[in-house]
Amino acid sequence: MSEPTPITEPAVTAAVEAALAAIESAATMADLKTVRGAHLGEGSPLAALNAQMKNVDPADRAASGKLIGGARGRVNGAFSAREAELAVAEEQAKLAAEAVDVTAVATRYVKGARHPLSLLMEHMSDIFVGMGWEVAEGPELENEWFNFDALNFDEDHPARAMQDTFFIDPIDSHLLLRTHTSPVQIRSLLERPLPVYVVAPGRVFRTDELDATHTPVFHQLEGIAIDKGLTMANLRGTLEHLARAMFGEGAQIRLRPNYFPFTEPSAEMDVWQPNAKGGARWVEWGGCGMVNPNVLRAAGIDPDEYQGFAFGMGIERTLQFRNEMNDMRDMVEGDIRFSQQFGMVV
Amino acid sequence: MKIPMSWLREFVEIPTDITHEQVHAALVKVGFEEEDVHGFDISGPVVVGQVIEFVGEPQSNGKTINWCQIDVGEAEPRGIVCGAHNFVVGDKVVVTLPGSVLPGPFPIAARKTYGHVSDGMIASTRELGLGDEHDGILVLSTLGLDPEVGTSAIELLGLDDFAVEINVTPDRGYAMSLRGVAREYALSTGATFTDPADAPTITEASGFPVVIADDAPIRGRAGVRAFVTRVVRNVDVTKPTPSWMITRLTLAGIRSISLTVDITNYVMLELGQPIHAYDLDRVSGGLTVRRAKAGETLTTLDDKSRTLNPEDLLITDESGPIGLAGVMGGASTEITDASTNVLIEAANFEPISIARTARRHKLGSEASRRFERGVDPLVASAAAARVVELLVELGGGTVDALGSDLLAEHTPDAVDLPEGYAEGLIGVHYSADEITDSLQAIGAEVTVTDTGWSVTPPSWRPDLGDKTTLVEEVARIVGYDRIPAVLPVAPPGRGLTRAQRLRRTVSNSLAASGLTEVLAYPFISQQSNDLFGSPEAGGATTIKLANALDPDAATLRRSLLPGLAAIAHRNVSRGLTDLALFEVGTVFLPEAGHRYGSTSLPLGYELPSDAALAELRSSIPEQPWHVAALFLGDAVTRQPGQQPLSRGLADALATVQQLAATLSVDIDVVTGTHQAMHPGRTAELRVGDHTVGYAGELLPALALELDLPRVVAVLELDLTVLITSAAVDIAATPIVSYPAATQDLSLVVPVAVQAGELLAIIREGASELLENVRLVDDYRGTGIPESHKSLTFALRFRASDRTLTQAEATDAKNAAVALAGERVGAELRE
Repeated sequence: MSEPTPITEPAVTAAVEAALAAIESAATMADLKTVRGAHLGEGSPLAALNAQMKNVDPADRAASGKLIGGARGRVNGAFSAREAELAVAEEQAKLAAEAVDVTAVATRYVKGARHPLSLLMEHMSDIFVGMGWEVAEGPELENEWFNFDALNFDEDHPARAMQDTFFIDPIDSHLLLRTHTSPVQIRSLLERPLPVYVVAPGRVFRTDELDATHTPVFHQLEGIAIDKGLTMANLRGTLEHLARAMFGEGAQIRLRPNYFPFTEPSAEMDVWQPNAKGGARWVEWGGCGMVNPNVLRAAGIDPDEYQGFAFGMGIERTLQFRNEMNDMRDMVEGDIRFSQQFGMVV
Repeated sequence: MKIPMSWLREFVEIPTDITHEQVHAALVKVGFEEEDVHGFDISGPVVVGQVIEFVGEPQSNGKTINWCQIDVGEAEPRGIVCGAHNFVVGDKVVVTLPGSVLPGPFPIAARKTYGHVSDGMIASTRELGLGDEHDGILVLSTLGLDPEVGTSAIELLGLDDFAVEINVTPDRGYAMSLRGVAREYALSTGATFTDPADAPTITEASGFPVVIADDAPIRGRAGVRAFVTRVVRNVDVTKPTPSWMITRLTLAGIRSISLTVDITNYVMLELGQPIHAYDLDRVSGGLTVRRAKAGETLTTLDDKSRTLNPEDLLITDESGPIGLAGVMGGASTEITDASTNVLIEAANFEPISIARTARRHKLGSEASRRFERGVDPLVASAAAARVVELLVELGGGTVDALGSDLLAEHTPDAVDLPEGYAEGLIGVHYSADEITDSLQAIGAEVTVTDTGWSVTPPSWRPDLGDKTTLVEEVARIVGYDRIPAVLPVAPPGRGLTRAQRLRRTVSNSLAASGLTEVLAYPFISQQSNDLFGSPEAGGATTIKLANALDPDAATLRRSLLPGLAAIAHRNVSRGLTDLALFEVGTVFLPEAGHRYGSTSLPLGYELPSDAALAELRSSIPEQPWHVAALFLGDAVTRQPGQQPLSRGLADALATVQQLAATLSVDIDVVTGTHQAMHPGRTAELRVGDHTVGYAGELLPALALELDLPRVVAVLELDLTVLITSAAVDIAATPIVSYPAATQDLSLVVPVAVQAGELLAIIREGASELLENVRLVDDYRGTGIPESHKSLTFALRFRASDRTLTQAEATDAKNAAVALAGERVGAELRE
């Protein structure tokens, strides 16, 4: 066993410098741990010097203690600094190793979509709900009375034969698939207290073969308002509001005389579509008019007290000109690519 | 209705340079939708030529062509090759010279053919668009024409005329005539209108015997309102129809047939009065108009024998039925080339009777379409007179003194139009003059009264029966452009109904989690309904269409799944092989043995009795909303570092959980059976004691039969019931923030014990301290007895008022173990 080194300034300095050099050269946390053992742990030069404190002359004890304490402080400080440095470096290395190609991360997302016809009906309904109207519904398989008789279609009137109706077997059961959403008008007038302001979106049926412009199953949105003093000017105002909400502030409504059994006067409505892709244009949109007094009578309403208006438009047709679609078949075939191009937006 | 312009001009002033767009615009303004425009599409030098000489030249193909020299009014004749042989030297023909264009377009040029340069073409009626004749050329003398050589044939034949086509709505029968459209054009433009029916009144005669014997009026309305006959003798019915008439008929869409037929059609188009012409010599005795007797038959002009119905109105003579009144004449009295004496009938039949007969015999005709919509009852005499005039002029006949009229008495009721009513309905201020002038302009008699106007509509407007219809006329004549836009204020609404909101929520939730919404047709086959319409085999009760477009899809769906499967197949066949589809839609659920419908219907224009309304409402089957989904292919596709994840039962069940969570309703999943589904992979879905649907994989054999992959997972639930069952006014439980104690639990049970059963037992046994439990493992094999399995659950305990100790959690867990042991013989796996 060699003679213990006495606590002298050169000895302490030598131990400190050796320790600092070792800390500085430690490249990893593991190296640093070894360095800590060698230069601060038991048996390290500084620990050995410290052990000599018991042999120091009491008069020199304070100076020696300060010398040793200072040395240990320097080494500990250097160690902590190096430890922090290495921790940062190691975390950075880890992050670098974890980097991936963000364009090739395996996805768990599956694209879904609403059908644009559904979304469009909801959008149009919401415009009316915003005005205080309510949304009414009725059955698709309907009694002939609601679909025709109550709507002022005489049983022998040619207008009744023009509707291309799907009848239910047997025909004398007087059941059919509704040819328009208008039976909901009658049901609403029968069931709701006056005044009535409702829209009825829904599916309707006509015996047209499927082609680019026809489908035997399609959708309509129909509205009816019955109150005291409603006029055809109110009809136009309502349609114009709807048109502006759907096609922009520049939209306008044009009415042309026409005939429907359930309205009098009746009109065909065109909408001015200000932002159409091919340039602003008039487009045929639907039919409307003042509710025929006979319709009110069928619902037990006195036409001398109440009057109002009704209107209806095809949703497929609206989607067609609003979204620049040429072929109706895309809307009915259920090809997922069709709905997915709309997502949840229409 | 197609309106030739030259004809329209006879009755209303029209600028000579008018375009079809302008005519359409004027008619649209008063309520006639624009349909189309029709012309002959012929331009360039098309002239009258005369055959000077021609030489037949046999060809190697067996045909003989004629090399003709044609004088077209130029210094030299033109050489033209012609394949027809129906002409002689001296005939005048129509020559299309190089530079002209025939419909097609078919430009004419001098071209080399059969060894000659043919300097133009000699035209047939078909090439000119005037008829179907194309075996021979048009020889102008056959039309009674002998024009100057070199004259423009376009002007001569009226080929520069055009027709505008408009849609006439069913309330405007009077506009199915030149007379009616001319009046409307005048109303729209202010031009002067001349009524072609303002002919001198014919004095009543009674020589030709006609008996009206309608003993079974339909809906109380007499079948005949006017019946005018006229006899013209010694007519040469083989004389040609003049070209101007052929041109106008052609433009109006009616083929030229023979002089008499053409004249009757011409007068029908001009005045709106259908006319029938009989060979007088083939009529036995006088005419009787009556209803058919059961079992009677009639051979109509189209040579079809028809069995008549007692509702059919007939024209009869002593031999029996000779015509279906107002619909189609009979073959036995038809005019032939041998006919010389013509009996003309201009009658007015009741619309409903004609409509029913035309529909019953599927015999819609130009005549029946006019009668159904209403013919002016006062025009019959004028129309008969017009036919006589034309027959005499063109067929050379003489008018018989004999004739008989049953003239209609037209005494329409005056309608009161109260002052202010028009303004109150339309929202436009109309001056008194505007109202009076508009109503007079449509032909009504208008008297100003103390309270407004008393209006007697004209005979051709049976649709004007109340004040509202009069207001429409005022609004229409003044113009809809005057109507302002005034937004009405509705009373406050309650927003969407709960069912409407929740249906939207369900659809949005499914779409957001990767399903695509589709809207299938509700028409499916009976076999599909049998299979998907109920869980057990045995034939489903369905609603059938009487007139389905496709006989293989003639019933209404009881289930949304057949539609989803068909759409899935379409997608797969287009290479889209990973699918998650859903539909929210209605189904039609008739009950077995129940007869739906009404035996008779209440009147349409008054409120039915409560009992009648109740019957109407209950006449239709249940039509609840369903939600259904279909999955096939991969849920997660193969990607770097990612194995594909196939779709299957798990997707269907996850969607059930999603629906349950979305609607906050408890849906119990239990083992189920459904005839269309895999016997070992089907779940019955229950809310309380109610079966609300099924989820599972299709029977693999069925999937393959549907041209789908072997594994197709589906689910269908009654959305109406789900929404009714959805939680209402949920009382929120406060969220506890004390720490949780988690423990795992492995239980060994016979394999027959279902995990779901065990989960329920654990929940019950562990009491309220158990916050959550889920199955994390199913282990079978080493260490576990034969026919047993070890199910491991992760349990999370929490107390609402303190920090739970592990000892308390263990006690709760042990209680669950004890209950599981008692109920299903479960043992704790050490």
